[in-house]
Amino acid sequence: MRRGSPWLWASALVAYAFLYLPLLIVVVYSFNDSRLNAEWVGFTLDWYRKLFADGDMISAAGNSLLIGVTASLASTVLGTMAGMAMHRYRLRLLPILILAPIAIPEILTGVSLLIFFVLLNFTLGLMSVALAHIAFCIGFVAIVVRARLAGMDESLTEAARDCGASPGRAFRYVTLPLIMPGVIAGALMAFTLSIDDFVITFFTAGAGTVTLPLQIYSMIKISVTPEVNAVSTLLMLLTLLLIVTAAKLSPTLLRSDRET
Amino acid sequence: MPARRPTRLAKWLISGPPLLYLLVFFAAPTLIMVLASFRSPGEFGGLAPLVDATGRIDLNVDSYVRFFTEPVFFQVFVKSAWYAALTTVVCLLLAYPLASLIARSGKKHRDLLLLLVILPFWSNFLIRIYAWMIILGPNAALARLVNRVLALFGAQPVPLLFSSFAVLVCLVYVSLPFMVLPLYANLEKHDDALLDAAQDLGANAWQRFWRITFPLSLPGVYAGAALVFIPALGIFAIPDILGGPDDTLIGNLIKQQFLETRDWPFGSVLSIMLTLAALLLAGTAAWIGRRGAGDSRA
Repeated sequence: MRRGSPWLWASALVAYAFLYLPLLIVVVYSFNDSRLNAEWVGFTLDWYRKLFADGDMISAAGNSLLIGVTASLASTVLGTMAGMAMHRYRLRLLPILILAPIAIPEILTGVSLLIFFVLLNFTLGLMSVALAHIAFCIGFVAIVVRARLAGMDESLTEAARDCGASPGRAFRYVTLPLIMPGVIAGALMAFTLSIDDFVITFFTAGAGTVTLPLQIYSMIKISVTPEVNAVSTLLMLLTLLLIVTAAKLSPTLLRSDRET
Repeated sequence: MPARRPTRLAKWLISGPPLLYLLVFFAAPTLIMVLASFRSPGEFGGLAPLVDATGRIDLNVDSYVRFFTEPVFFQVFVKSAWYAALTTVVCLLLAYPLASLIARSGKKHRDLLLLLVILPFWSNFLIRIYAWMIILGPNAALARLVNRVLALFGAQPVPLLFSSFAVLVCLVYVSLPFMVLPLYANLEKHDDALLDAAQDLGANAWQRFWRITFPLSLPGVYAGAALVFIPALGIFAIPDILGGPDDTLIGNLIKQQFLETRDWPFGSVLSIMLTLAALLLAGTAAWIGRRGAGDSRA
């Protein structure tokens, strides 16, 4: 094994600092007793207090939560089916439809759904956002579930069937428990993607519906305020928890080079 | 796997629902957008009626003609491609040492180092943009330092925020993990024996890198370049928030057409052109990658 030279370590350190310092600054300034995000003045929890008293923010968080739960539940069911189908059968169309929304620029999914909903006279709001989120989450769940199935011994399901279990019972009592970590990881991932999504939500939410990212967007378009730091810190904490849990359940999630 | 009795039915039962959902909520909207690009804009935004009062059907290529005849749109595409290319190069320079370090470290540290690269990607996109608003803001230490140095040379103070510089820094920031991952995946598979052999034959570190490591890593470089370049091409939030008036990229143009001008047909043409550009690039990268990989599929 070749060891990294000091030069290599130094440049890697710079890269890690580049990745983490900006986020660290957001967190640190959320506790700063100054309106300006410019220099450290003193410790305060005022911005968090302000945050929890902000009605717009609370209702935006409620919307995000509602959409996130709906989208992750629906996309987990559909994505698990898709992952199983892709694992078991040679399919042509489904893999393309699974990967395309992940591969093409997000803005295209956003605007095409906008045209679609408006032409169908479908009112833009919580429902249209949730439907859009399900569409782009299915693929991520399917990939995680398929990776889990690839590492599983298929003969177990076969054995259950040979012992007389119906396909439904074989799935319920053998396959599902075995792929459960992958399914839960996929669900957590879908929830994270949904709660974080800005671009597709931006185009499909319409005028009256605000989610957390949309609320953050309209706040930072007007001015920089430490209240945004506070909500960002909480959101990052939530995402971190979800993703670390998902990664524990499905180790392939964080090793994009393998299997998938 | 052995075929069981009614597999056809089972196949449709599990692949049907997700297939149907994606056909309705992904394929159909995309198709509708293609159709919309051949229509005229409506008087109050959206689309004109398909059949007008005189009974003429509204199908034309006006928006395509406009795209190809007004040079300003082509210029925006070139500018977007330029920003995306710069982002790709800077990401490659930052990612290469990082990826090689991770690939060389022991198994125990490797997963942690990799996790540290991926984690920021999972924080909210807007938060990562917002972070740069703080860092580059006019009252922040960085801007004051830069302008103090500039003042020493008698130069006018420059704003860091709302500039092309801000857009590029943030583009690099959000894209970096996408360059590190495929590079790492490639470098991890390299055989050290090759480097040892080269060293025994008298190649110095520089030669070993350029003649062995780098050529072998090209498939990873192409994959990373595609993963960075294509999303960067269609980005709109970063120039929208951090950019100045000159930083209108394709994404901003598309957003304008749909939410401000409300010229759907032209917005659709722009979206289709962006998709074609992305597909062309992805195809090219895959082709070069496959050819470059040759026998040593890495």
